[in-house]
Amino acid sequence: MLSKKIANSELAIMLIFSAVVLTMPIWLAPIGAGYPDLLQKFAIFGLFAIGYNILFGMTGYLSFGHAAFLGVGSYAAVWSFKLLTMNVLPAVLFGVLFSGAFAFLIGYVSLRRSGIYFSILTLAFAQMSYNLAYSVLTPITNGETGLQLTNKDPRIIDSLLSSEPVIGLPSTVLFGIKMSGYSGFYFCAVVLILGFFIALRISRSPFGLVLKGIKSNQTRMKFTGFNTRPYMITAFVISGMYAGLAGSLMAVTDPLAGAERMQWTASGEVVLMTILGGVGTLIGPVLGAGLIKYFENIFSAFNDRALHELFAFLPDGVENLFVTIVSPFVGEGWHLTLGVLFMIIIVFLPGGIIQGIERINNRFFKKSSSAKSDSNES
Amino acid sequence: MDAIFLQILNGLDKGGAYALIALGLTLAFGTLGIVNFAHGALFMLGAFCAVSIQALLTHSKKVKDESITFFDAYKEQPYLEIWWGDLGTTIIDYAVPISILAAIPIMLLIGLSMERGLIRFFYKRTHAEQILVTFGLAIVIQELIKANFGSNPIPTPAPDVVSGSANIGSALGLSDSIVYPWWRLIYLAFSVIILAAVFAFLQFTTFGMVVRAGMHDRDMVNLLGIDVEKKFTIVFGLAAVVAGLAGVMYAPILPPDYHIGMDFLVLSFVVVVVGGMGSLGGAVAAGFLLGILQSFASMNEVKSLFPGIDQIIIYLVAVVILLVRPRGLMGRKGVMEE
Repeated sequence: MLSKKIANSELAIMLIFSAVVLTMPIWLAPIGAGYPDLLQKFAIFGLFAIGYNILFGMTGYLSFGHAAFLGVGSYAAVWSFKLLTMNVLPAVLFGVLFSGAFAFLIGYVSLRRSGIYFSILTLAFAQMSYNLAYSVLTPITNGETGLQLTNKDPRIIDSLLSSEPVIGLPSTVLFGIKMSGYSGFYFCAVVLILGFFIALRISRSPFGLVLKGIKSNQTRMKFTGFNTRPYMITAFVISGMYAGLAGSLMAVTDPLAGAERMQWTASGEVVLMTILGGVGTLIGPVLGAGLIKYFENIFSAFNDRALHELFAFLPDGVENLFVTIVSPFVGEGWHLTLGVLFMIIIVFLPGGIIQGIERINNRFFKKSSSAKSDSNES
Repeated sequence: MDAIFLQILNGLDKGGAYALIALGLTLAFGTLGIVNFAHGALFMLGAFCAVSIQALLTHSKKVKDESITFFDAYKEQPYLEIWWGDLGTTIIDYAVPISILAAIPIMLLIGLSMERGLIRFFYKRTHAEQILVTFGLAIVIQELIKANFGSNPIPTPAPDVVSGSANIGSALGLSDSIVYPWWRLIYLAFSVIILAAVFAFLQFTTFGMVVRAGMHDRDMVNLLGIDVEKKFTIVFGLAAVVAGLAGVMYAPILPPDYHIGMDFLVLSFVVVVVGGMGSLGGAVAAGFLLGILQSFASMNEVKSLFPGIDQIIIYLVAVVILLVRPRGLMGRKGVMEE
């Protein structure tokens, strides 16, 4: 009993989570993922997926437009770098604020419908933003080239504070610390931990319970006297702000923003991450994001020669056969692996990896766990 | 005036493609209750049927080029030309029409195996799960095509006879300046014929009657001793054929690449929603309507008035329709309203 309580306490969860996240550079090094670029991606997409899960996991509304908020966050952050200062805090703040406002607008309209109509409305809005970012909004988004820093940017606050001319393009900083490499990762990691904490609090708050109620039966919630609409809009905005936060962190680690971040396939990717990890669980989406980004990195690095080396222990004919079978799945074609994996997960394990772990747990420790639940009831 | 006429033609053309894909989507939804995100992939597979048939027909061997006498030069000559001479050349020229014939059994097979192999396990699952699994399938199909054919668009020209433009202005007694590519006219006629054929099939055959009854009240038809599921599987195959044919015919207009399906899928879904989920007539009407709207929005006069309108018009219409008239233009009452 006591051990269960400790395992469920927020402090313990947060301590374990923070320890795991902050030591990632150490324990991921043996599997070839211990370098800052990839680690930053883990943290950023983890945040994105956590936020997405607040909407999809808790309320069951499948949005296909979250990449739009990611894009808005990125653009807002890069503009903050261009106009105000290279400090990352205002950039992140603007990213979150703008994407939140944008999410409110889209959510206000889209949430008037539910089910598949909601999915298509969000998809329509995201495609609209993407198309506009490519065409008419070029003065803001710089179209196909993407928004980048230049030497001519005003950077008002920075130029007020120091009169030294900057040589070359400045890099993003947090009060003097450059946000590249490991310091960039630790910044993202701290934000991830904060984001995880907020999500944890949300899922255990009365607000989170209402959201879960909406998922299981919206009509009944309405009958019991809840006006579900404000709750839904709030959830949508929060989840949009998470996406914007992730987008601004992308700009922090690499100060440019392109419209392709807003395409609907990018929205599909975050859905994949959430599902792969486990919808509706807290840690699942982070896990899913990490796995997908890890495999993307590992698999796309493989080429035919690496495959031949991998299967070198086999006889020549068999080796060639294996290489021919495997090669479409790696390198350029790693999306194929992703698609297959995704289908398998949906068909056999709709709850994602977390459900898989639970099943294994139940199979091997069935007796002890059922005994525990008996004692709980008594 | 001429410009408007041309834009209507353009719109009808695009609308034909939308209508064909949307019709398939609606059939799958109305019969099996499946939201099929892999339907765009079927369209793409159709287009790649044309690509493969063309590649098959032009399968070549290196032969000595007799026209160059200074040195030994070699050129690729298709086997068909070597065997049959001019007849072979003609066959190669007609690669796309030939692929239409080939595409029918191929797409039927693909559709049936897709339904039996995957979709039937998802009848009872939520729409979200159906969307996700078919989305995954679409990715897989798309990537397989990319692995086999590369990621560049592959030109698949129409036969020489119809590669030019038709002077329809003078034919209709309007101004001479209205010319329009033959193949696009053929596409328009083709899509109308296919649409008419599908509707006639559903309206005038016993099979179609059973399907319509099943769409209306599945349980009742089951109770009457008809295996509805079997019929619906065939309908799904039919939908795959329709999408595939749309793809084959579209290949000369837009050289197919691996993501052509996804591009059309999103728009077609919007079309289905605008037309009304589960309404066949609505899907077709909305397809043509949105096609025309889109081509009008891309006129320069309109663009200068509302910059960027050509990029978003379809989505904008969809948003307005969904909010104002939730069941779409022609949706029946009670079908997927919430």
